[in-house]
Amino acid sequence: MVPELGQLTLILSFCLCVILGTLPLVGASTGNRLWIGLARPLTAGVFVFLSLSLLVLGYSFVTDDFSVSFVAQHSNSLLPIQYKITAVWGGHEGSFLFWTWMLSGWMLAVAIFSKAMPDDFVARVLGVMGLIGAGYTLFMIATSNPFDRILPLSPQDGADLNSALQDFGFIIHPPSLYMGYVGFSVVFAFAIAALLSGRLDSAWARWSRPWANAAWAILTIGIALGSWWAYYELGWGGWWAWDPVENPPMINWLLGTALIHSLAVTEKRGVFKSWTVLLAIMAFAASLLGTFITRSGLLTSVHAFASDPTRGIYILGFLGFVVGGSLLLFALRAPLMKSEFGFAAVSREVFLLANNIILVVASAAILLGTLYPMVYQAVSGGELLSVGPPYFNMIFVPLMGILVLFLALGSISRWKKTSVQYLRKQLGLVAIASVLLGVVLPLVVTFEFNFGASIATMLGLWIILGIVQDIRIRISNKASTVSGLKSLATSYIGMQIAHLGFATILLGASLTSIYSVEKSVLLDAGESVDLGSYDFLFQGTEPVQGPNFVGDRATFQVMKNDVYQRDLHPEKRVYTQSGSPSTEMAIDAGFWRDLFITLGEPRESGAWSMTIYIKPFVRWVWLGAILMALGAVVAVTDKRYRRLKVKTLAREAAEQTEKPDASLRPVSN
Amino acid sequence: MKPHRRKKLTIIAFIATGLSVAVGLSLYALSNSIDLFFTPTQIAAGEVVDGQRIRIGGMVKDGSVVRSEESLHVEFIATDYSHDLQVRYDGILPDLFREGQGVVAEGMVADGVFQASRVLAKHDENYMSVEVKAAMDAAEKDRAAVVPAGESNGS
Repeated sequence: MVPELGQLTLILSFCLCVILGTLPLVGASTGNRLWIGLARPLTAGVFVFLSLSLLVLGYSFVTDDFSVSFVAQHSNSLLPIQYKITAVWGGHEGSFLFWTWMLSGWMLAVAIFSKAMPDDFVARVLGVMGLIGAGYTLFMIATSNPFDRILPLSPQDGADLNSALQDFGFIIHPPSLYMGYVGFSVVFAFAIAALLSGRLDSAWARWSRPWANAAWAILTIGIALGSWWAYYELGWGGWWAWDPVENPPMINWLLGTALIHSLAVTEKRGVFKSWTVLLAIMAFAASLLGTFITRSGLLTSVHAFASDPTRGIYILGFLGFVVGGSLLLFALRAPLMKSEFGFAAVSREVFLLANNIILVVASAAILLGTLYPMVYQAVSGGELLSVGPPYFNMIFVPLMGILVLFLALGSISRWKKTSVQYLRKQLGLVAIASVLLGVVLPLVVTFEFNFGASIATMLGLWIILGIVQDIRIRISNKASTVSGLKSLATSYIGMQIAHLGFATILLGASLTSIYSVEKSVLLDAGESVDLGSYDFLFQGTEPVQGPNFVGDRATFQVMKNDVYQRDLHPEKRVYTQSGSPSTEMAIDAGFWRDLFITLGEPRESGAWSMTIYIKPFVRWVWLGAILMALGAVVAVTDKRYRRLKVKTLAREAAEQTEKPDASLRPVSN
Repeated sequence: MKPHRRKKLTIIAFIATGLSVAVGLSLYALSNSIDLFFTPTQIAAGEVVDGQRIRIGGMVKDGSVVRSEESLHVEFIATDYSHDLQVRYDGILPDLFREGQGVVAEGMVADGVFQASRVLAKHDENYMSVEVKAAMDAAEKDRAAVVPAGESNGS
C-alpha cells in the first residue's frame, strides 16, 4: 500500500508540473495576474509531492519492503542503515527520482529567493522549470518507475547494494553532483525566460549570476568528491581517468565556468548577451547528454546503469526537443540580442572572450572523445574502439595552460580598454619571477630538471603572483593595507579565492602526475619493500568480520629514513550476499604527499600481491576544488546583488512608467 | 572598413583560428590514441599486426588462470568459445576478475600471445560489458554460419 502512495504522489507531481509549465507561462505573456500568481504555490506543491515520493521510497528501503522491485535489486536486510537510506540513489530508477526531487528543490529555492524580481519573470522561470520537471516525471512514470512491484512472488531478501557503493563517498558524491548538475537548469530557465520576455538586459544577468555561481560551486564539489572517492575506493591510485561517464560532468563544469565568466561580462558591460544565452542552453543540454550517456546503457563504465533502449530513446527525444526548441526561440529572438562591440582589442572583455573560447573548445574536444566510440560503433555496424586518456590529456593540458596565461592578464586588465604598456608594467615582474622560480623551485627540491614540472610551477606562480599584484594595485591608494583589504568587494575576494583554487588544482594535478611513484610486488609476511625514502614492512594479514562482509586485514609498518612513522591497514573484503570482492585501500594522507597501499590477492604460499604508491601533492587537487567552490560561495554572498536588486527594481519601475514599450513588447510565442 | 566592423572581423578571425587549431589538434590526438577492439577469433585469423595497441575481450576460460608464485606474472586464456587467446599480464588483477567471467584487456599481440598492459573487469557483476558481449555475439554468428557447411571450428 505504501509504495502505491509514492506512485500516486509521483503522478500528482507530474500533473502539477504540467500545470506549472503552462498556465504561468501563458499568464506571463497575456498579463494574466492570477495565472502568474499560480507559479509559486504550484512550485511548492511539486516540491511537497516529490518529497513525499522520495520519502516513501526511503521508507520502503528502511522497512526492507522487497516487494518493491527497486528495493529488492539494491538493498538487503543486512545492509547497514545509512546505505539502506542512500541506496535510494543506488540505481537508475531511484537516482532519477532523487535527481527530479533536486530539481524541485532548486525550483522552490527560486520561488523563495526571488522576491526582488518581477512576478512575471519569476513565473516564466518557474514555468520553464515546470516543463523540465514534467519531462523528468513522465520519463519515470513511463520507463523507470521506482515503485514497480514484484507481486505476488516477492523475494525474501534483496540482492544487496553493489559492494563498491557501500562507502561514505556514495553518501555524499551523488547528492552534490546531482545538485550541481541540476542547478544549471535554473540558469537555463532564466535564459529561456529572458528570451520569452525579451528582456535580455544586465538585470537578467545579475539575477542569474548568484544561481550560476551556486550551481557551479556545488558541481565543483560534486566532481571533486567523485574524484576523491574513486581515488580511495577504486584502488588504482588515480584521481581522474577520463572515463566516458566522468566526462559529461567535466564538460558541464567547463561550460559552467565559461558561463559564469560570460555572465560577468553581460552584467557589467551589457555585451556577449547572445553568447551567454547560448552557453546557458549548452550547459543544460550537456547535463541532459550526461543523463543520456549514463542511463542509456551505451557504455561500459563504473557509473553505467543497466541498459534499456527505451530510456535512451526517451532521453534523446527530450534532449532534441529541449535543444531544438531553445535554439528556435534563440533564433527568433536574435534581433533582440544586439550587443555593441564597445571594447578595444586589449581589454578585459577580450581576455574573457579568450577564456570562453578555450573552455568551450576544451569541452567540445572532450565531447568528441567521449562520443566518438559510440558514433563509430553505430556507423561501422558494431565495430568497437576506445579513446584513451592520452587523447584527453593531449588536448586538455595545453588548453588549460593557455587559459592560465589569459587568467592573470584578464583579471588585472580593465574593462573596455587596457594599454599594453600598463599590462607590461604591472605583470612584467610577475612574469619574470614566475619563470625564474618555476625553473629553480623544482630543481632545488628534487635535484633534477623536469620540463613539465617547471612549466606547471611557472603557470601556478603566474596565477598566484598575479593575484598578489592585482590586490596590491587595488589597495595602493588606500590609507593602510588593512583598510585597503577591507575595502575590497566581496565578489572580488570570491573571484580571487576561486582563482587561487584553480592554481592549486593546476599545481596539484601536474605535480602529482609527474612525481608519483608506484611499485607492484609480491610479499611474504616479514618482507619489506622500499619506495622513495620510505620502507614498507609487511607484517601479515588477519581475518576480519564485518556486518555484511568477511575479509583479510593486512598490517604494514611504514618507516621513513629508518624512523618509524605509523601502521597502515589495507583490507580485502568479500561481501557475503553478492559474493563480490572489494579492496579497501590504506592511505596516509598528507599536505605534501599521500602514501597509498592496495592489496591484490594471496598466493598459495601465503604471499600477497600489492601495489604501493607515493603521490606527492595529490591533496592539492581537492583542496583547489574546495577553494574554487568557496570562492564562488563568497561571491554569491556579496551584498551588492541584493542591494542592486532593490535599486534596479525602483529604477525599472520608473522606466516602465516613462516608456512602456520596453517591457510590454508583444510576445509571439 | 569601419572600425567596429574591423573589430568584429578581428574577433571572428580570432575564433576561427582558435577553432581550427583545436580541431586539427583534436583529430591528430584522436588518431594517435584510438584503441581498436578485437575478438580472439579475429586475432586467430591474423587481423592484428604485432605490436599494435589494441583492446581484446572475451571470457576467462575456466581453469586457465595460472599465477606465478615468485612474481606478479599471471597468465590466462580469454575465449569467445570459437578461439582461445593466451593472455600474459604483470600486475594486480581487478577485484571482479574471475574465471568464467568477462574480461577486457589493453595491450598488444606478440607471437600469437597477448601481452596485456591493463586488465579491466566490469563493475557490475550482473552486467556483461559491451565489448565482451560483442565478441561473444560475433563468434556465435560465425559458428552459426559455419555449421551448415559441415565444418566445426570450435576450439
